[in-house]
Amino acid sequence: MGLDVRAFLALTSAGFRRWSTYRQATAAAVFTNSVFGFLKTYVLLAVALGAGGAAVGYDGPMLVSFVWLGQGLIGVVMLWGWTDLADRVRTGDVVADLLRPVNPLWTYLAADLGRAGYATLTRFLIPVAVGLVYFDFFLPTRPASYALFTVSVALAVLVSFTFRYLVNLTAFWLLDVRGVMLLAQLMMGALSGLYLPIRFLPDWCENVLWYLTPFPSMLQAPLDIYVEYGGIGTQLAIVSGQLAWVVVGFTACGWLQRRAAWKLVIQGG
Amino acid sequence: MAIIEAEELRKEFVVWRKVGRLRRQRQVVSAVDGVSLRVEQGETLGYLGPNGAGKSTTLKMFTGVLAPSSGRLRVCGLEPVSRRVQLTRQIGVVFGQRSQLWWDLPLRDSFALLRHVFRIPQAEHAARLAQCRELLGLDEFLDTPVRQLSLGQRMRGELTAALLHGPRVLFLDEPTIGLDVVSKQAVRAFLTQLRDQGEVTVVLTTHDLADIERLCRRLVIIDHGRVVHDGSLEALHARYGSRRRVVVDLDAPWEQVPGLSGAVVEAVEAEGHRVTFSLAEGVTAGHVITQLAGYAALRDISIVEPDIEEVIARLYAASDDARSVASG
Ligand SMILES: Nc1ncnc2c1ncn2[C@@H]1O[C@H](COP(=O)(O)OP(=O)(O)O)[C@@H](O)[C@H]1O
Ligand SMILES: [Mg+2]
Repeated sequence: MGLDVRAFLALTSAGFRRWSTYRQATAAAVFTNSVFGFLKTYVLLAVALGAGGAAVGYDGPMLVSFVWLGQGLIGVVMLWGWTDLADRVRTGDVVADLLRPVNPLWTYLAADLGRAGYATLTRFLIPVAVGLVYFDFFLPTRPASYALFTVSVALAVLVSFTFRYLVNLTAFWLLDVRGVMLLAQLMMGALSGLYLPIRFLPDWCENVLWYLTPFPSMLQAPLDIYVEYGGIGTQLAIVSGQLAWVVVGFTACGWLQRRAAWKLVIQGG
Repeated sequence: MAIIEAEELRKEFVVWRKVGRLRRQRQVVSAVDGVSLRVEQGETLGYLGPNGAGKSTTLKMFTGVLAPSSGRLRVCGLEPVSRRVQLTRQIGVVFGQRSQLWWDLPLRDSFALLRHVFRIPQAEHAARLAQCRELLGLDEFLDTPVRQLSLGQRMRGELTAALLHGPRVLFLDEPTIGLDVVSKQAVRAFLTQLRDQGEVTVVLTTHDLADIERLCRRLVIIDHGRVVHDGSLEALHARYGSRRRVVVDLDAPWEQVPGLSGAVVEAVEAEGHRVTFSLAEGVTAGHVITQLAGYAALRDISIVEPDIEEVIARLYAASDDARSVASG
């Protein structure tokens, strides 16, 4: 069931090319993410700093980069709108995935990494450039922060992928996954630090989110690493937490996928 | 060794039917009801039956994506469900309305990706692709994204995709459904070539008789999940007494030919100027025409092969009778 490196790369490159055909959608998303970037920057600077935002550990430039990197990462980690697998389950095309000598989890992952690569070049770089030009943007003081940020973004993509894959797998049991999908998207948006840094929440709430849910690992994690929230120890702890969620995520995907395949094979979809 | 061996294969589905407002009733649907079948390497087999007969269900079991409720099944010597992954390398599958291609990318990319996914040696892949390109005329749309292909073009792409890894058996579920006439012809001609090369075993389901009339020497006809005929088309005609017919147009109105052997008059039309004879079994059209020519001036002659639709309709009627006798 393994996928060799060449096959994995070929599928990744196919994912990249596929998403590069959606030019207009990409342009529209970049535009929207940037407009919201301005709104969020002004609101966050006014409200959060006024209400003592600095007290939870962010100053103005840190918030600016938090917002703009976050706006750029929305498309990279893809918090919304991935229903490829669920659609194939609904139409029955998923049978074709079972008729190949590879585990679908790896083929979908490869394709998703290609997608993330394309999104990095477009949906990440453009909003971040806008933020850099118009605002006082925080730049990390330790070179290691850049490397850790890159690693953390990659892990965020993996955590987000496993979560989205799990949600899509529910299509094997539910006739209509739109409800689950909407709930998942709300949680991914609200609990990942996209709307506001989760450090702004009460301590107990923040702890529950970090330790018991994968959501901060999808967005808040790389952003905190970039703005050097805490020292290198905190950064490493964040990355380790993400790694743990990657392991949990893939384990859960493997398990649920086996059950889904079993259901399909017995009940005929 | 047979490449497909099925013994008493059954598949039952549990469905919940609504009765009243809240109650639901459990119902068992026998989609496949005791199919036994042996297919030898290189055969081209037509699996025929009306909608809902159990064709797709059988094919899903053969390909390992659906577990039989009972019965024994071996495909390429493997038990399909438990050895599904190994089996994928030995079989090619096209489900008529499903796609195995990468929707947003040019058709050519799907073929390249399949080479990696199945780890097909480069030279083998190139040779098979070249052959399909030629026989199926793929070149004009190789660079078109799959989503923009017509159904017929896509089906030609699907056939190629199913063959690139050199499967021993090709399973096709309704490959011509919804296709335009030209594409249907292209698909049938391609499958005829494949059959004549004799390397790949083909199992083809259809409810379109034209698909199998010339293509498949062996027909397995199922109805309500059961095999009601397994053999050649000729055997089917023999079983139901189908006759070939000779239709002659005459200069003068028809008068009985004394001592005419091997044929009986079935119809006299056009004020006696057109007569239809049905031939007895084993009698050639020539034998009858020679006799007629001695008595009357023949203006025109045509020979009508037995009608496949008709014989199959008789078969279904017979199988329905048998079922109602069994249950009543
Ligand atoms: N997953 C399923 N659940 C319940 N019933 C099914 C399922 N798949 C097929 N059936 C039923 O089994 C019978 C045979 O279906 P199918 O094999 O698709 O027929 P065909 O391909 O010959 O048209 C039909 O009555 C169909 O409704
Ligand atoms: Mg069918």
